[in-house]
Amino acid sequence: MVRFIIIRLLQACVALIGITVIVFFLLRISGDPMQLLANPNMSKAQYEAIKERLGLNKSVGEQLWIYLQDLARGDLGQSLVKEKPVITMIGESLPNTLKLTIPSFIISMLLAFFLGVMAATFRDSWWDNLVKFLAVLGQALPGFWVAIMAMLIFSVYLHWLPSSGMDSPAAYVLPLGTMIFFMLPGMMRLVRSTMLDVLDSEYIKLARIKGLPERVVIWKHALRNALITPLTTIGMLLPGLVMGAVITEQIFNWPGMGMMILQSTFNRDFPVVQAITILTAILVLGINLLVDISYAWVDPQIRYQRT
Amino acid sequence: MLSTMPTIKAKKKKQYHGITKTTKVFRNLMFIIPAAIFLVMIIFAVFADLGWMGLPDVSIAPHNPNAQVMKDRYLPPTFMEGGKSEYLLGTDKFGRDILSRIIYGARVSLSVSLLAIFITAGIGTGLGILAGYVGGRWDAIIMRIVDMALSFPGLLLAMLLAVAIGPGFWTVVFALSVLGWAGYARMIRGESLRISQSDFVAQARVVGATPWRIMTKHIFPNIINTLVVIMTLQVGMMILAEAAFSYIGIGITAPQASWGSMVADGRGYLDTAWWISAFPGICIGLVVLSGNFLGDWIRDRLDPRLRTL
Repeated sequence: MVRFIIIRLLQACVALIGITVIVFFLLRISGDPMQLLANPNMSKAQYEAIKERLGLNKSVGEQLWIYLQDLARGDLGQSLVKEKPVITMIGESLPNTLKLTIPSFIISMLLAFFLGVMAATFRDSWWDNLVKFLAVLGQALPGFWVAIMAMLIFSVYLHWLPSSGMDSPAAYVLPLGTMIFFMLPGMMRLVRSTMLDVLDSEYIKLARIKGLPERVVIWKHALRNALITPLTTIGMLLPGLVMGAVITEQIFNWPGMGMMILQSTFNRDFPVVQAITILTAILVLGINLLVDISYAWVDPQIRYQRT
Repeated sequence: MLSTMPTIKAKKKKQYHGITKTTKVFRNLMFIIPAAIFLVMIIFAVFADLGWMGLPDVSIAPHNPNAQVMKDRYLPPTFMEGGKSEYLLGTDKFGRDILSRIIYGARVSLSVSLLAIFITAGIGTGLGILAGYVGGRWDAIIMRIVDMALSFPGLLLAMLLAVAIGPGFWTVVFALSVLGWAGYARMIRGESLRISQSDFVAQARVVGATPWRIMTKHIFPNIINTLVVIMTLQVGMMILAEAAFSYIGIGITAPQASWGSMVADGRGYLDTAWWISAFPGICIGLVVLSGNFLGDWIRDRLDPRLRTL
């Protein structure tokens, strides 16, 4: 098991270096990053000074080497526009994003499990059809449009909820709702289909034959086994989470990570975008590593097979 | 509990095997309505203008999508008070006709998503068949990359590309393609693995067929159904992703009309002109919904095993 984890860790490190190199070169395929920063009324000396400060006067190979060394020390570089370290910018905006993502993630999970299990238990009832309908609708309607329409109804016409700001609890309702809209439908569908598979199995029949109350059969025996699949696909929630955070923060003027990376994209502030991409890659690698390890922990076959 | 079990079973049977006339009609409608909506979108995209046939002045759009008529700004749709009959869905902040922009926007949505689907399907099928048939080290490497690609946020990649090469049509296609192949690869690998273990593949190998021949002539034809199902189910996803990228401003940019950027245009005028955002959004929703229903319909016919997809 230790050997398995070490091999996986080494593989993840190699993958991370590979991704860093790809990202690094990708941001330089359009040519000199200085072209993005140069403005016409900059003097030649100023131009050279900026180039010097950012280390852009060295060859690309040297730049990459320096970047990798910095990264290994935990230095993510400096923003070109804001002129402060990327890590400080993250420190300022991450808490705001977490205020949004953590509650919405928990609410989505609870709702997904509750609705998904109920739908699977009462298969083909009106309740199941309602859940299926909501899932289909949720996966088809664009989240950004739903958020804007919710804003139109609840802020502009009814004046019930504020459309931006983060001071009052009411200001959280629409952003949280948008985030949940991004995450819930997919999760709900997954829980429902896994639960249907589990309910079809022999040990559930046995539990029923034993005479256990239906409540125990569903929520204890079935749900425990149905938990495994959604938890292992947790990595695949990340794209939706990022999409949801960026769009929600953009619509409701929320000063979080999504807003930060969006502004950096428009300013072509490439060190920030580069740093965030690499951090996300670390996160993705970490999640996949954990999923792999937990798989291997549960199923010894994998330990020997997939190293 | 024991006594209730047979009754549950009996109830299920009744529901599943007795297909009544209403369910039949309903099932047909589930195909006809989405197909009709999709057809309208294709007509919009193809006939938005006939420049490609050498007739740039012929168009089904009532107005030029980029023509700014300053005296007709913020006009509501025809059916509302103050709306003009020549602007069926109203106008935006530059006096551009929303309906015409929606018609032209269909072209963007459809071309981006179709291009991305064919590119991702090509790469994903190739790597999926390879991983499933060859197995071993190749399989492990490809599947590791698939795991990564499935959990890496496409939006972030699109932003990275927007910084590197600027926003635009090809940025979106590229961003969707770089990660999109992974879903295909995973499904196709499973199929390829299953088929690789079948007798006819073993026999082909005994006769001396090369791996290339086995993969292209024996495995690939058996995968086509699965491939078509995944591709149709992807149409909606791709349209939705393109719309989101364009909404954020890293996709198709002004002045070219795209549904996502149209929704973004109207965001600042919600209190005075809600129609600028509302109609393009409804179009996205309708088309994606139709695409998903058509995908389900095709899946039920070609490959019902994929139902839990």
